[in-house]
Amino acid sequence: MDCVSTIEGRAIPFGAKNVDTDVIIPAHWLKTISREGLGQGAFETVRAEPGNVFDDPAYAGAPILIAGDNFGCGSSREHAAWALLDLGIAAVIAPSFSDIFSGNAFKNGILTVELPQEQIDRLLDVASTDPIAIDLDSQTVTTPFQDRFAFEVDPFRKHCLLNGLDEVGLTLERDGAIAEYEARHAHDMPWLARGTLERTA
Amino acid sequence: MASRPRTLYEKIWDAHVVETRDDGTSILFIDRHLVHEVTSPQAFEALRLAGRKVRRPELTLAVPDHNLPTTARLDAAGKRIPIADPQSAAQLEALEANAPAFGIRYIEATAMAQGIVHVVGPEQGFSLPGSTIVCGDSHTAAHGGIGALAFGIGTSEVEHVLATQTLQLKRSKTMEVRVDGALGPGVTAKDLILHIIGEIGTAGGNGHVIEYRGAVFEAMSVEARLTVCNMSIEAGARAGLIAPDETVFRYLKGRPYAPKGGDWERAVAWWKTLHTDDSATFDKTVRIDASQVEPTVTWGTSPEDTVAIGGVVPAPESFADPSKQEAVRKSLDYMGLAPGTRMQDIAVENIFIGSCTNSRIEDLRAAAAVLKGRKKADSVKWAIVVPGSGLVKAQAEEEGLDRIFTDAGFEWREPGCSACLGMNPDKVPPGERCASTSNRNFVGRQGPGSRTHLVSPAMAAAAAVTGKLSDVRELVG
Ligand code: SF4
Repeated sequence: MDCVSTIEGRAIPFGAKNVDTDVIIPAHWLKTISREGLGQGAFETVRAEPGNVFDDPAYAGAPILIAGDNFGCGSSREHAAWALLDLGIAAVIAPSFSDIFSGNAFKNGILTVELPQEQIDRLLDVASTDPIAIDLDSQTVTTPFQDRFAFEVDPFRKHCLLNGLDEVGLTLERDGAIAEYEARHAHDMPWLARGTLERTA
Repeated sequence: MASRPRTLYEKIWDAHVVETRDDGTSILFIDRHLVHEVTSPQAFEALRLAGRKVRRPELTLAVPDHNLPTTARLDAAGKRIPIADPQSAAQLEALEANAPAFGIRYIEATAMAQGIVHVVGPEQGFSLPGSTIVCGDSHTAAHGGIGALAFGIGTSEVEHVLATQTLQLKRSKTMEVRVDGALGPGVTAKDLILHIIGEIGTAGGNGHVIEYRGAVFEAMSVEARLTVCNMSIEAGARAGLIAPDETVFRYLKGRPYAPKGGDWERAVAWWKTLHTDDSATFDKTVRIDASQVEPTVTWGTSPEDTVAIGGVVPAPESFADPSKQEAVRKSLDYMGLAPGTRMQDIAVENIFIGSCTNSRIEDLRAAAAVLKGRKKADSVKWAIVVPGSGLVKAQAEEEGLDRIFTDAGFEWREPGCSACLGMNPDKVPPGERCASTSNRNFVGRQGPGSRTHLVSPAMAAAAAVTGKLSDVRELVG
């Protein structure tokens, strides 16, 4: 996974509250077999409206999305994170996120930043004309107008994002411990270790 | 191990911890992994991109279920009938290619053992008491019915399990749902779990693993226990568990992947220790009076929107919470129902008997017992039975249940998820109602604009006969 340290650029001033994962990526896109290409279906219902922010050329390729409270609620589909990635979104800023969504975002290297509503309002304002910068190391969001908003982040997630570590890679580093456990477990409960190797007709 | 009294959940958890980090996150070993065609393609794709292998292919079992049409799979010449929908076909093909490529045992779409993952696991003896079981599907909680710690995972976690045979997790809180006494006649496991969700709400189990305890669960068959645990996720819980006992051991003995010989004896000896210690405590306890549980149905678009069949559609104002009032208003609008309507006056045009909640042999027997010698009402346009697996289907046919269903005007289908989520062609038309034995009555779940009333198999059969939601106790007596 790529390292995440600073994310800088235009931010899509979406701002909507309670955006569920059905809005982020409608259910009919779940039939895909790839993580790629889901950007086409991202925010499909919102984009059906003329003049929506997602199709505004001013925000083409913007790496940041600013949303309202409770972003990513509803179904646990990971496709929501993949759709954002495919759109080129590297960070989402909102007053709060659903747990499952922020977990899925993190697993896919997307940074979620929580800020109070007043600061979000300010950022929505700035985003309509100017870029925004997020610095993960110092945990701040800044604008070209001296705004400087601090945010909290789980230390483990921060470490993983900064170093481009994905969860699978991290666990694989614990290979020795897993192998030790497997040996013990296979000794204590051999029937579990056999899995589908043997079966009766 | 520790002498501290522990709950069943804690015992299974402790037996699977590889190691625990300072922040409380553990690497948990996974004994059994079930894979289906919808949530796995991206996981296999990620493994391939990263050049990673499957660590323990023998601990994963793959079977297609969500997308498969439930109409005939073979033509007269015994050749496979291709799936018409190209995307469904592509998902199936991906699984058919990925399983052998990664050395994973695969149950063919046309095999007798094929079925809904959560029916197949216990039926094959792949799901075992005291094991950790995961699947990229939230209803994995079902396997808790045989005493396994089982829960749904996302696609990145599917990849994580394939690559490492573990997951990174924090321990959940524990919740006891205790139901003593006995259920009344005509009241089933489905009615009980709907009643429980109605009592505790869809957020009632958030952050917890539920253990169902008490005489009612001890008296239940394995099938009924699977039904109860299946819907734990609808109460917000990560998983649901029932302590394994002789009923479970008898059910598992001789199944294809169940332990044999000396292994069997050792396994049973350990399984017998898998119960909550007398002085162990739960973070939360809920008690339900079994005698208060009636045949239960849903009126809204959340599984907590339940009412006894003798009841009426509630008024939004009858709820204290303003946000729930708003949700009820929306829900009644979607369902096309007015407050005060008697549940038994609600006409249904569709009947679905199936899904991982209620498609096992007992469920089909219960529905057939009501339908025997009867016909569906003319106003019921579509009634289907979708057995949970090829083995359930064959067993039902041997018992002549298929004839009872078809004589009553039902269609007898091939196994799969079907109208539970309308991912395959089986859908409820917009604006129409369905009495459904599945687990989710969400907006659009059974097809765009569909209106779902969750019921037990016997209640679905009763609704088919009268054309309205009905009290099965008035039909069989
Ligand atoms: S039957 Fe329904 S709930 Fe069960 S696995 Fe299939 S889609 Fe999910």
